[in-house]
Amino acid sequence: MARSLSGEVAIVGVGETPVGKVPGKSALWFNAEATRVALRDAGLDKSQVDGLLTGTSFVAPFHRMSVAVSEYLGIQPTFSNTLEVSGATAAASIGLAAAAIHSGLAEAVVVCCGDNMLSGMTRDRAVQALVSSRDPQYEAPFGLLVPTTFALTAQRHMHEYGTTPEQLAQVAVTMREHARRAPGAQMTAPITVADVLASKMVTTPYHVLDCSLVSDGGVAFVLTSAERARDFRTKPVYVLGAGESYSQEHIFCAESLTTTGARISSERAYRMAGLRPADMDVAGIYDCFTGTVVTMVEDLGFCAKGEGGPFVAAGEITFGGRIPTNTHGGLLSYAHPGIPGGFFHIAEVVRQLRGEAHGRQVAGARLGLVHSLGGGFATNATIVLGTERNG
Amino acid sequence: MSGAKPLPPVDDDTRAWWEGLHRGVLLLQHCRACGSVQVYQRAMCGCCLGGDLEHREASGEGTIYSFSTVYRPPSAEFKDDVPYTVVLVELSEGPRMLSTLVDMAPDAVRIGQRVQIVYDRVTEAITLPRFRPLASSATTP
Ligand SMILES: [Zn+2]
Repeated sequence: MARSLSGEVAIVGVGETPVGKVPGKSALWFNAEATRVALRDAGLDKSQVDGLLTGTSFVAPFHRMSVAVSEYLGIQPTFSNTLEVSGATAAASIGLAAAAIHSGLAEAVVVCCGDNMLSGMTRDRAVQALVSSRDPQYEAPFGLLVPTTFALTAQRHMHEYGTTPEQLAQVAVTMREHARRAPGAQMTAPITVADVLASKMVTTPYHVLDCSLVSDGGVAFVLTSAERARDFRTKPVYVLGAGESYSQEHIFCAESLTTTGARISSERAYRMAGLRPADMDVAGIYDCFTGTVVTMVEDLGFCAKGEGGPFVAAGEITFGGRIPTNTHGGLLSYAHPGIPGGFFHIAEVVRQLRGEAHGRQVAGARLGLVHSLGGGFATNATIVLGTERNG
Repeated sequence: MSGAKPLPPVDDDTRAWWEGLHRGVLLLQHCRACGSVQVYQRAMCGCCLGGDLEHREASGEGTIYSFSTVYRPPSAEFKDDVPYTVVLVELSEGPRMLSTLVDMAPDAVRIGQRVQIVYDRVTEAITLPRFRPLASSATTP
C-alpha cells in the first residue's frame, strides 16, 4: 500500500454565510464570517487554529489573501496559503489541508473562501475579470469569454456523442429543483427545459440559464487529524481520497475537449480511497455550465463516455437516481460567488454525510465525491469523503 | 467601435509569430530534434525542451475542431462584433489555434468544415489571424 493520507484527516466544522445578494460586505468578511461559523460548529477556539488556506478573490485587492483573512480573525497561523487553480481550488485545498495535517505541518487547518462578485463589482467588471483570465496574446484578442471556453467543449461533446440542448437544459432544471429544497438558495423559481432553451443565448450552445450565477457568499471548514476528530462534538467526515490533474492552460492545447483531466484526478482519488464510482452515495460536481456536468458524470465514472446526456435526462443525478448531485442546487441555482462556488459543493456533501441535509437528505449517505474544475477543464481536483475512516 | 480591444503584448517568444502574421504568413514552430510542431511559440520545444526550433510557413488551412457563436460580448469593446463565432481550428500541420470566423453566417458553421486563414490588420503593428471557409469547402467528418 502506497503512503497515503486516506482516513487520517477529518472535516470537523463547516460554516456558511448567507448567499445571493448580500450587499455592504467585503470579501474578507465573507471569509471571516464563514470561518467564525465553522469554528463555532466545530466547537474549536480560534487559538487552536494553526493553518489557513483560502482562494483568490476577484474583488479584494490583497496579494496575500490567506494572511489578510487570518489577520481579520486575529489568528497568526504557521501554515498559510492562497491557492490559485481557479475552479479546482475547492477540492484541491481540502487535499492540501489534509496533506499538511497528515505530514505534521499543521494541527488544525481552516479552509475558507469568500467573495462578493455580485455586490462588490458590476456584472461588466466581473465578466471583464474573467476575460482577462485568458491568454493576452493567443486568446483574449478574439473575445474569448470564459463561458465560450466551456461552450467549445460542449459543442464538441454534442458533435461526438449526439448530446442535445434539451439534455444540457435538464441539468439546469434539476439544479433548480434541488435549490428549491435548500434554505437560502439564490434562485428558487421553478424552470422547465423549454424555459432554458428560450432564455437568451450567451455563447452557443449555452443560454443564460445554462450558465451559473453571479453571487456573494463565503464558506469555511475546519480540518484536523482523525485522532483529534474524536474529541469534537460534530460527526467527523473523513478525507478518504484526493487527486488532481492539470492538463493544459490554453483551450487550444487540450488534447481532448470531451475527455478531461477529471478522469485522472478521480482515478487517483478513488484509488487512494480504495473505492469505486459505484460506491458513492452522493456527489458535488462543479456545474459552472450545464454541459460541464454531462462531461463530468462520464469522466468521474458514473456512466460510460458519451452517455452523460441520456444519464442526466433520465434523472440519474437527482434524488432516487444513480448519483444525487449538487443537492443544494449548485453553481447554477444555489450560488456562485466565483472561486468560493466549488466550496459549497463540499459543504453540501459534508452535510449529507452528517445526515443534516434536512428536506433533501439522501437516506443513509455514507460516501460522497466532490469534483472541482476550472478554466475549460484546465484544472481538475477530486476528493472522496466518508463517514468511516476506512471508507 | 466602443473602446480598444485587447491587443497582444508581443514578447521575445512570440515576436516571429506576430511579425509573420503582419506580413501575411502563418509560421509554426518545428523542433529539429524531435519533429514536434507547436502553437503557441516558445523558446523551447514543449515536447523535448530542445532549443533548436525552426519557424516554417504553414499552409494556413485547417478544419473547425469546435466553435461557439458569442451573442453576449465579454466586454464593451466587443459589443459591435456580436454575434461572432470563436473557432478552434485544427491546422493541417496538427496543432490547434484559437481564432474567429469571417465571411460565414453563424447558422452555417459546422465542426469539420475546412477553413483558410485571413490576415486581419487591426493596427499599424498587429495583424490578427482569422479564418474563413475554404473555397470549394468540403466537410470532413
Ligand atoms: Zn522537440
